[in-house]
Amino acid sequence: MVRFRTPFFSSLLLVLLFTNPSFAQTSDADRLKAELEALRLEFSNRIAELEARLKAVEGATAAPAPAPAPVEAAPAPVEAPPPPPPAQIGGAPAGSSKMFNPDIAAIGDFIGATGKSPGGGEPSLELHEAELSFQAIVDPYARADVYLTFGPHEVGVEEAFVTFPTLPGGFLMKVGKLRDAFGKINAAHNHVLPFTDRPLMTQNLLGGEEGLSDSGISVSRLFPNNFAFIEATGQVFRGESAIFKAEKRADLAYVGHLRGYRDLTESTNIDLGGSFAEGHNDAGAGETTRLWGADATFRYRPLRRSIYTHFMARTEIAWSQRSEVPGPSAFGAYGYLEYQFGRRWTSGLRLDTADRATDPSVRDKGASLLLTYAPSEFSLVRGQYRYTRWGDRTASNEFLFQFLFSIGAHGAHPF
Amino acid sequence: MYNRSSVLAVTALSALLLASTPSAQAAGLKVVTSTEDLAALSREVGGDKISVESIAKGYQDPHFVEAKPSFILKLHSADLLVVVGRELEIGWLPPLLQQSRNEKIQPGSRGYLDASLTVRILDIPQGQITRAMGDVHPMGNPHYWLDPDNGRRIAQAILTKLSELQPADAPFFAQRFADFDKRLGAAEKGWDVVMGPYKGTKVVTYHRSWPNFVERFGLDVIGYVEPKPGIPPSPQHTIDLIGEMKKLKVTIILVEPYFDLKTPQSVARETGGQVVVLSPSVGGVKEAPDYIQLFNYNVNLIAAALKGEGK
Repeated sequence: MVRFRTPFFSSLLLVLLFTNPSFAQTSDADRLKAELEALRLEFSNRIAELEARLKAVEGATAAPAPAPAPVEAAPAPVEAPPPPPPAQIGGAPAGSSKMFNPDIAAIGDFIGATGKSPGGGEPSLELHEAELSFQAIVDPYARADVYLTFGPHEVGVEEAFVTFPTLPGGFLMKVGKLRDAFGKINAAHNHVLPFTDRPLMTQNLLGGEEGLSDSGISVSRLFPNNFAFIEATGQVFRGESAIFKAEKRADLAYVGHLRGYRDLTESTNIDLGGSFAEGHNDAGAGETTRLWGADATFRYRPLRRSIYTHFMARTEIAWSQRSEVPGPSAFGAYGYLEYQFGRRWTSGLRLDTADRATDPSVRDKGASLLLTYAPSEFSLVRGQYRYTRWGDRTASNEFLFQFLFSIGAHGAHPF
Repeated sequence: MYNRSSVLAVTALSALLLASTPSAQAAGLKVVTSTEDLAALSREVGGDKISVESIAKGYQDPHFVEAKPSFILKLHSADLLVVVGRELEIGWLPPLLQQSRNEKIQPGSRGYLDASLTVRILDIPQGQITRAMGDVHPMGNPHYWLDPDNGRRIAQAILTKLSELQPADAPFFAQRFADFDKRLGAAEKGWDVVMGPYKGTKVVTYHRSWPNFVERFGLDVIGYVEPKPGIPPSPQHTIDLIGEMKKLKVTIILVEPYFDLKTPQSVARETGGQVVVLSPSVGGVKEAPDYIQLFNYNVNLIAAALKGEGK
């Protein structure tokens, strides 16, 4: 059996890996065409840019010239070379070697905490994380994303993966270190969370801040239809994360995620998801942890006032079943309401509840009030009042605050 | 028993297959554009030989479109994607494109058309730029479609692209472009007549959305409601702006429909001027359902406002 399986898997992998390039070879002519087209576009782009610069120079010295003749979309009109700006003397632009540098950004996440917390909680003042990101297209078949995180005590790879966005059959494949596609919050980096912390559900059941994050392969596919956006994702991981432990190669962890999304109107939409994960845990040989999750989000953002207001209601629930812990599985959930009441102001309310994974009879509960002020899309200041009623009947009353800032390439806004 | 379940299975399977093939190609190329202006220009050229859909609506801020999964579906089945470029869509289009699983419309492919490559771009920053200047566009001002001549050039680029992708209909597209070109030329003469008397009029705009428009029609922008691009109005800047407007006797504040009118209106009250809400895009108001009527609407609105001032 085992003998049988290995060649099968490797041949599957081979097929997966090579389908794309071979697919491209069958249409060499097309590729050549595309390359020529790209070249043509690049040339006409440069010409248009040079023209615009020339216009700018002319405009500065003389009266505005009459509207220029339409630019031909061919690299022909090189006959009147405009005096290039000093930086561009010598054929290729000075920065041409830099043009293939990846988009680089750095994000600083500073968190402070006051108040009493029996368990210790966050430190009083801390540069919680500095994240560096590098993103670029690899080749016509792939792009890569690398996120390095520098914490107070460690440097790590938050995520680093290559994405093949256009595999045949409508598949999208990611390979590398990934945050697992389990629910909404687990896949999100710290700096895009609407909170300073992660919900109790994440802390107790889903591996805390590090969360489910592991080396593996992710494949997802759309199921196009006229009713809703439906996407199914399957992932295989090594099985080493805050939740899973792999003692041998066969101890892989598996994650499945199904997402359904539908626009209700142009301003409102609903987003539903179901998740499953399974892998071996640290309790001993053969012991496993199974996780189930569900999430639901409702969003409202009127398009005419989209930069001034929005409302979001979200809930996620999860169950964790460790095979060595008898009895019912541990349950966790949070509910979150968010309302933007000004261009720069957003408020939020979060309610938390979560059993402890290793002792489902102990349940922690909490509530948080949040206020966020964002001077621009590149920085924000956030305050969070957090009350936690721990399962051992102690309580925490804390105030957390956060400064987030981002420099470098303009990243996409999360949705 | 066997039969029934296998029939059921086959039915279910074929239903699934049918469901996964998006509504069969009805009319030629499926074109998706990032904004309604590009959609309108595509329609002018493509007519009923193509189908056109826009992602952003004309009345929403094109810098801040949400990357909704429903847009991924649109892109998934698109044959051609036309974008404004110049980093206008940088906050939302890249993740949509990446998840579209559509090889045809990736940047660099045949089905990807950056409309900014053959037009006249203004405000290309010279020298060092930083975000201390606000949300500056390092590749130049992306609101370039608001000059009719740029509209013509975009339409021409679309013509070239459509003819390449659907060569059988090339003569049809060329015919439609020629017709559009003629109508646009005639309309431009009309707009010049309407705007002629107001050449050199000083105006204030909310965002830096109108450099191509004011250049084309000879208006002179002396200030912005925003202190810096993308930065909401501040009290000090508003006071300075009011002073400047009084000094230069500026009475017109041009605003996009997606900005809050509170500050522009208080500025107008202080200066005795008026706020004119223009449509920066096709579909921004229902009176602007296509590219030519977009200019009709804006030109007439400005002329009416200035005439009302008439001394």
